[in-house]
Amino acid sequence: MSLDHQRSPDELRSSHNPKVEVRDLKVSFGGDLALRGVSLDIAAKRILGVIGPAGSAKTTFLRALDRMNELKSGCRTEGKVLIDGEDIYAPSSDPVLLRRRVGMVFAMPMPLPLSIYENVVYGPRLSGLCDKAALDELVEESLSSAFLWEEVKDRLGTSGLKLSGGQQQRLCLARTLAMKPELILLDEPSSGLDPISTSKIEEALTILKERYTIVLVTNNTKQAARVADETAFFLMGELIELNATGKIFTNPADKRTEDYVTGRFG
Amino acid sequence: MKRASDKLVERLLLAIALTTILCLLVIAVFIFKEGLPFIFKIGLGDFLFSSDWRPDSGHYGIFPMIISSLWVTLGGLLVGAPLGIAGAIFLSEFGPPAMMRFVKPAIELLAGIPSVVFGFIGVMVLAPFIRAVAGGPGLSVLAASIVLGVMILPTIMSISIDALASVPQSYREGALALGATKWQAVRMVVLKAGSSGLLAGTILGMGRAIGETMAVIMVAGNAVKMPASSLDSARTLTANIALEMGYATGMHRQALFATGIVLFIVIMILNGMAGSILKKKAHLR
Amino acid sequence: MSAHATSQRIAVGALAAATLLSLAIVAFILFFVLEKGLPQLSWEFLFSGPKDMGKAGGIFPAIIGTLVLSLLAIGISLPLGVLTAVYLSEYTKEGRLTKAIRFGTDCLAGIPSIIFGLFGYVFFVTTLRMGWSLISGALTLAMMVLPTLIRTSEEAIRSVPQPWREVSLSLGATRWETVRKVVLPNALPGIVTGVMLSFGRSIGETAAVIYTAGSSFRMPRSAFDSVRTLAVHFYLLAREGISTEKAYGTAAVLVLAVLSVNLLTYALMNRFIRRRAR
Repeated sequence: MSLDHQRSPDELRSSHNPKVEVRDLKVSFGGDLALRGVSLDIAAKRILGVIGPAGSAKTTFLRALDRMNELKSGCRTEGKVLIDGEDIYAPSSDPVLLRRRVGMVFAMPMPLPLSIYENVVYGPRLSGLCDKAALDELVEESLSSAFLWEEVKDRLGTSGLKLSGGQQQRLCLARTLAMKPELILLDEPSSGLDPISTSKIEEALTILKERYTIVLVTNNTKQAARVADETAFFLMGELIELNATGKIFTNPADKRTEDYVTGRFG
Repeated sequence: MKRASDKLVERLLLAIALTTILCLLVIAVFIFKEGLPFIFKIGLGDFLFSSDWRPDSGHYGIFPMIISSLWVTLGGLLVGAPLGIAGAIFLSEFGPPAMMRFVKPAIELLAGIPSVVFGFIGVMVLAPFIRAVAGGPGLSVLAASIVLGVMILPTIMSISIDALASVPQSYREGALALGATKWQAVRMVVLKAGSSGLLAGTILGMGRAIGETMAVIMVAGNAVKMPASSLDSARTLTANIALEMGYATGMHRQALFATGIVLFIVIMILNGMAGSILKKKAHLR
Repeated sequence: MSAHATSQRIAVGALAAATLLSLAIVAFILFFVLEKGLPQLSWEFLFSGPKDMGKAGGIFPAIIGTLVLSLLAIGISLPLGVLTAVYLSEYTKEGRLTKAIRFGTDCLAGIPSIIFGLFGYVFFVTTLRMGWSLISGALTLAMMVLPTLIRTSEEAIRSVPQPWREVSLSLGATRWETVRKVVLPNALPGIVTGVMLSFGRSIGETAAVIYTAGSSFRMPRSAFDSVRTLAVHFYLLAREGISTEKAYGTAAVLVLAVLSVNLLTYALMNRFIRRRAR
């Protein structure tokens, strides 16, 4: 049964060292099991798309990579998540430091009630960077990578809340990039955005994957098809299938995957 | 490293958060420490039910004060509750929204005026008026009731407005759709739905009235006897404490603390009742 | 006109009359005090000390005493109150501990001022030997305003949108850093409102103050000096029948102070609501 739909562990290890290894990850909230034992590898400097209908625990999976689930009370996480070989859930591991290496962009654009400049430097300042010149450079670099620099370079002092929805989301992306994370997690970043803003974000991601490892949760299968290198299909808290994006959309191995991507349910 | 300092912050904050409980405990300890031995010595029954308050000769019955406090408080409720609740109903249900924005703060100004000012106005205006119209010394249960009523009016009104606001709009619409007039809708549906909140507000007002000291001292007359009518002078529990604390010693002093214990417990019970009513409402919502 | 319409007319009329009556009472009180008291307000009255037991002269030491006492009380309880509110909303979830703390706060809020006076007298003045002093009064007042500060601070903190906290944490901030940089700065208007509310309340406090801060005429020179607040001064003037005019004057100052604090508070709250609505 040499189906391609799951690479064997040996194949994974031989191709390249995965950036992230997830082993039997289970997450429950107050006794209800949301994520039911997911195992997968995420290759470095690639975009992994995560698709699936609502309630599949895609966001739970994403947030597990950043230890953001534990902010909700009653959350229990079992299993391992190794980033560069180190288990981020080990007792000795510091979630605060983890969150500086892993960046997250949320579904609703959520600028802090600060100026555009202050939004971007919020994270770096916490890490101790205070040299004004370095911060200025960082701001320009991050906003450029998010395709926002040209639009706001003359008004960095205005409040981030005054931007349009699409601009706000790009600001959130820039804010994340300013931390120079190794792993960027995006949770349905373009839901609620107009097509032009969406395409700007997708364009940014395609360029960013040359330097960053990216995981993109999306409700929009076509977005995954456009942008992701690999795609994982989640259903009801389980990983059903993980493969190259092309394969998932043209020749999925599992019937449920096929039903979802062809729109038979969703 | 960071984790350690965050844990330290958390522990410090916990310690600080426990200060309220600490304060409460310290207050309770000291008041009870001074007053309880007295109650054991004299006997609770004698203390509460004897009408003989003559500390100089060792008689410590506070029954007249208890009755005075109750009378004055109930009187205050008779004045403050109808006004407060009526005002709340009018502002919430019948008045234009602009009226709420201006009238509510205006009436809440009442809550900020110091009790001694209320007492003063009671002495200068109310008491002579009562004396002229109804007789008696003027400084009386009646005067204290009216003053207290005005003082608790904003509290009752405020909580009643909240209670009425929390009644779902669908209740009103349902009644109106069945052909009720606005007043009928309010009377039969809204008031019933908000009744627990209105009750809670009234109980809280009662708690405030029982605990009021300065205004009552100024207008109630402070005679140490059982009041026979509303026009009689009376001395409440709070007034008793405040007036005699300055020169009381020994057993006398302890008696005043014991009075404090009685007040403390009564108010705790009242506040507890009001609190549990309000919490039950919050749960049901 | 149908019977229903008539009974509605009568009912609403009665309700409106009651509301009007309440308003009239407020107006009467303000008018009465200010009409008789404002004429008393002269430079001498406001800025010189009392002479002849308060029959003549002014109320300056009382004004200073009131301000210092209230500010000191708030200075003591504000950090405690805000940090307690921070703990309750940011560091724990609802459970036995928070219920106990809230119970303590509610109880403290319900204790009548005379009992605080008793307590302050027994504990601060006598047992701790602080005597009738600013510090005894301030510590007692601090306990009295603490519940209000906790409640208003908690409301203000909870009104800060939850996503902002998540964002801060996801950028690698600790909980305390998030509190310091995101939560507290945005809760500030609500906290300030609570401070003003407490300040207004503490100005009028009498029973607790008389038994802890005493009633000395003199300007306080140290925290251990006894001090007379406006409310205490007013009470003594009125009750001992020393001077009706000066009493009216003092009352006018008290009422004006409360009026201005209330007005400021409302102005602040409106700005706060308008800003948040953006």
